[in-house]
Amino acid sequence: MNARAMTLPRSAVDQDWRHVLRWGLICGLALVGLCLVGMPVELDRRALIERHLSLGYLFVLLVPVAMGWVSSTLVALEGVENRRQGLYDLVTGFLVGLMGGGVLSLLMVALDAWNLRDPLVNWSPQLFRFLTYENGMGFGAAAWLATGAVLGLAGAALHVVPAVVRRTTGFVVFGLFFLSVLEAAISDLSEGFGLESLTDWLYAKKGGLTVTSTIVFGLVIAAASLATRGRIKAATDRYRDMEGVERQKASTILFVVIAVLCVVLPMFLGKIMNELLANVGIFLLLALGLNIVVGLAGLLDLGYVAFFAVGGYATAVLTSPNSPWFAPELHFGVSLVFVVLAAALTGLLIGAPVIRMRGDYLAIVTLGFGEIIRLLFMSDWLGPYFGGAQGITNIPGVDLGFATVKGTDPRSVFYLVLVFCALAIYTSWRLQASRLGRAWMAIREDEQVAEAMGINTVNAKLMAFVVGAVLASFSGAVLAAKVGSIFPTSFMILVSIIILVVVIVGGMGNIAGVLVGSFVLIGVLGGPKQPGLLQEFQNYKLLIYGVLLVFMMLKRPEGLVPSARRSRELHQDEFLQDAWLKGDKLDDEDAADDGASVVPAAAPVGDEGGEEE
Amino acid sequence: MSDRLLEIRDLKVTFGGLDALSGLNFHVDEGEIVSVIGPNGAGKTTFFNLISGLVAPTEGEILFEGDSIVGLDPSIVTSLGIARTFQNVRLFPNMTILENVMVAQHCRTSQQVFGALLQTKAFKKEEAEIRQRAEEVLGFFGHRLVGYRMDQPAFVLSYANRRRLEIARAMATQPRLLLLDEPVAGMNPMETAELTELIGRLRTEWGFTIVMIEHDMKVVGKVSDRVVVLDHGVPIAQGSYEEVSTNPDVVEAYLGRPVEANK
Repeated sequence: MNARAMTLPRSAVDQDWRHVLRWGLICGLALVGLCLVGMPVELDRRALIERHLSLGYLFVLLVPVAMGWVSSTLVALEGVENRRQGLYDLVTGFLVGLMGGGVLSLLMVALDAWNLRDPLVNWSPQLFRFLTYENGMGFGAAAWLATGAVLGLAGAALHVVPAVVRRTTGFVVFGLFFLSVLEAAISDLSEGFGLESLTDWLYAKKGGLTVTSTIVFGLVIAAASLATRGRIKAATDRYRDMEGVERQKASTILFVVIAVLCVVLPMFLGKIMNELLANVGIFLLLALGLNIVVGLAGLLDLGYVAFFAVGGYATAVLTSPNSPWFAPELHFGVSLVFVVLAAALTGLLIGAPVIRMRGDYLAIVTLGFGEIIRLLFMSDWLGPYFGGAQGITNIPGVDLGFATVKGTDPRSVFYLVLVFCALAIYTSWRLQASRLGRAWMAIREDEQVAEAMGINTVNAKLMAFVVGAVLASFSGAVLAAKVGSIFPTSFMILVSIIILVVVIVGGMGNIAGVLVGSFVLIGVLGGPKQPGLLQEFQNYKLLIYGVLLVFMMLKRPEGLVPSARRSRELHQDEFLQDAWLKGDKLDDEDAADDGASVVPAAAPVGDEGGEEE
Repeated sequence: MSDRLLEIRDLKVTFGGLDALSGLNFHVDEGEIVSVIGPNGAGKTTFFNLISGLVAPTEGEILFEGDSIVGLDPSIVTSLGIARTFQNVRLFPNMTILENVMVAQHCRTSQQVFGALLQTKAFKKEEAEIRQRAEEVLGFFGHRLVGYRMDQPAFVLSYANRRRLEIARAMATQPRLLLLDEPVAGMNPMETAELTELIGRLRTEWGFTIVMIEHDMKVVGKVSDRVVVLDHGVPIAQGSYEEVSTNPDVVEAYLGRPVEANK
């Protein structure tokens, strides 16, 4: 790709053919992969714009656009004059899209000629019908070649058009996408505010936006995007440049606004949305706990679900009248004390043997312990105590005197979970800037040196395990009270992995990052068993998780909202270079005193950064 | 005997049949600066690793203030009052300069989770003290590590400043005995001269006893009260710098035997 940036093309057809071929094939394979996963056919049922566009087609159509965009991206080099993008790049995008359409046509031919339904479940007549628009193969092939090429061209054209057009197009497309995909959520929301008539007009009866509302809203969004142009960036930049008291003030205001929203908004939301928020809260609580263990102390714990399970089961045993062995039917608040003790003890028990391991070994052993705890709860051996596979049912809600928190009233669950999340956020925040937090950071950086600097690493790491365990157990307790029953199947290994993905995608080591991560992943896509906003993606959730994780690792390993420390760590070179370009004196090696006496007076002064490392 | 800070008797360590140290006897008195020199592979760094607890000796006795410290964890050795630097500078690169020094006071402080959560008076007082002490230690190196630099990550520092920060971090553990592993390696003559002076001040102003591994003979000659020469894990000479530098065994260990002697 570098070569593309540096050499000027002689003409529009003098393409870098290797590059075009590569991206064309990637485009084609992505399309075929998408089709064979079954997404287009299943999502075809969900209309986005009444009768004109379904979610299934949207996904297929997005691929050539994205590939056209990516393949014609110019690597911008700082300090070097880059060529203007133009016809050359449009041709690249066009060809890539065309090849994508071609590969898809080949798939169509293959679908027609052979039956490979045995290994490939989605190799179906429905897919054939989907691809040919039910109009025969010739029409289908021509259509896909044409649409592929046009969409590839459109993707590439985004580089060529002025920034205003690019921004406005992006706003309109994404705005309409969210408006149509979030139909259920928006309907739910508008009911709370008494705006049913708006949604009735917005959406067609069978689902999807109506054509009129699409056009009207497209214009509205375009106008909004033109009006806010530059404002958002200016505001965030201003916030970033603030210092000291001013920054603190702005942060406080921001915090208060979010807090008030958290308290007020659920009152207007319907059952579905509140249920969703409660689920996000439960997983946020888990993610915050794991963030302490992985993000701060650097202990890759893949069996974190164990503490979630202990919290859930401890609550169930102590509060449910149905628990088989011991049913004191304590109040939730009282049982919480024992839940914390049980979790801390489990943290110590699991932590003690594994704590001396490092890196990959720790990950593997914790993975094992996570499974062991689940299998113990499921086993016949402990069946008399924890109910085995039947679990424990009839767990009462939380009686607060003035209200009862129970699963049938998701709003109350959300408020309960909000309290715990606030507690977890406070804990993470305070611990980060404490003696223990610093010790965790040091251990993460270099365990041996930390030990040599007087840190009892075993104790510090055990503390991380215990704090993480207690936060996870709160989450388990809330889950038990919410669902009203607890089964071993709620604590599969998948839960650990999903929480880890939330932390990584959100931004490891950063509280705001974890918040964003759980809203984006759990809220939008859904948890391991809980549906998210995009219920249509239920079956493809794990696939999307995986793709997202790989993408993030490649493109943005520090996460969506990274902690400053971590992005510095992952981009040390860039950090040093940026500072140097900006003219910051990072470490000028004392040019002022030593330098002046060593360098003869005649030597040019001010070669700043000359001795930078 | 009363002012023997560190005493080592018949220390021996074997790595898979190789005697890294064999039968080392060594002592440091309170307030001394002792240099350990020797050709590469003589066992100098192993010697430091043994004292600081990173490596366990095969045989022998290490007494610090009269008590054995053999087999103790490195963190406990540090809390007893022995701090060290590393030959290949090992800072916490992504922590800020201030944090690097603050974290080294771990074993001198005691606040746990609840102090931090409840923001108790004791917690706040201790945090303020940690910060103040950190700034004090950093201030020892002039303007280089203080001011705006305190909040920069350690990886931005130049090589010489990394070495300085490492010494600052060791100082922050409030040791009685400071082990410096090649403190001036890689520094230019100006920086070396300056650090040599600082090593002297570490004793006079901070009251540290110092054991130093160093290859730069100018530094060794200037600050050491006593020099110990190791070769193949055995001490071959000790005494003042002048005595040692003219000792034929030492010259032989460094340069080989003169040709005529072979005849």
